[in-house]
Amino acid sequence: MVSAAFAFLLLSGFVFAAVNGTMAEVNEALFQSMEQSVQLAISLAGVILFWTGVMKTAEAAGIVSWLAHIVQPLLSRLFPEIPRDHPVFGFIASNMAANFFGLGNAATPIGLKTMRELRQINDDRDTASRSMITFLALNTAGVTLIPTTVIALGISHGAKNPADIILPAFLATVMSACFAIVIDRYYARKRNR
Amino acid sequence: MAAWLIPVIIAVVITAGLYRKVNIYTALTDGAKEGLHTWIAIVPHLVIMMAAVAVFRASGAADWIAGLFKPLTSLIGIPPEVVPLAIIRPISGSATLAMLDQIMREFGADSYIAKLAAVMQGSTDTTLYVLAIYFGAAGIKKTGDALKIGLLADAAAFASAVLTVAWLL
Repeated sequence: MVSAAFAFLLLSGFVFAAVNGTMAEVNEALFQSMEQSVQLAISLAGVILFWTGVMKTAEAAGIVSWLAHIVQPLLSRLFPEIPRDHPVFGFIASNMAANFFGLGNAATPIGLKTMRELRQINDDRDTASRSMITFLALNTAGVTLIPTTVIALGISHGAKNPADIILPAFLATVMSACFAIVIDRYYARKRNR
Repeated sequence: MAAWLIPVIIAVVITAGLYRKVNIYTALTDGAKEGLHTWIAIVPHLVIMMAAVAVFRASGAADWIAGLFKPLTSLIGIPPEVVPLAIIRPISGSATLAMLDQIMREFGADSYIAKLAAVMQGSTDTTLYVLAIYFGAAGIKKTGDALKIGLLADAAAFASAVLTVAWLL
């Protein structure tokens, strides 16, 4: 599926450039992206190293399993195959909390750590488990209370009430997350048949 | 308020670590080392996926696809100016932020179009990016229905954005 998406983006882009006469722009964008993606990777490196360190400490201090214990009644319905009292519930909760409060910088490293933990409890090391897909669906839906970047942009363009998008954006993100959970369940059931 | 959140979280973790007699410095650096492995795992995914996204955008294919959707979207009252943003949103967050900037400049930050575009930008995350790095970090090769679910959820987010903006703004 990811291969198909990659091939579609790349090949349709090349075909389009051939038809539209934008091959020069495509060439330039291709080489620019290689530079930009490494720059992005480097700008992410410190954040990932630091927050994985903080999460490791939180785990050693017992905060993660404490958190796991609290959220388990709620999350075990969403993640039925995770064993009871597994600390990964704590990682999932930390990621969701960081996303919710707009701490994208912390949310991504915690999310990456969570995926590695989910892989540990998966029998098949190459294939995404149902928990991983559910976790990913929650992350791509991006449940955020305050979309800080968008509000900052509104302020810079002189919006009278830049914060008025908070409620509609929050409701839209909650609606799409609920929808993601429903279709995730639908596909999980279809797979098991 | 937001400036306090991160320092408080870190202070709580460190204090709890000291209380539980964890060697916090070793825990932090061990974790950072693990983070380094994670980082190495995601770099190839970033470079390869972003190249395809760049080609797709620069070729004009995105605008063409947005054009295909316009008759349909204008039928249900979505202004055509926000359609390209909705098409690009799942594949590139920085590109749509630039588009949002352009829309605010052109129509004013308080216009209906700008508000709708802002809510669309803020109501979802960049699905393809999240998918590539999350599965990349865990070394997952077969991703199942994850992309399909992510993209359907994005479509739901945009539809919800139209509803909530019409209702609340």
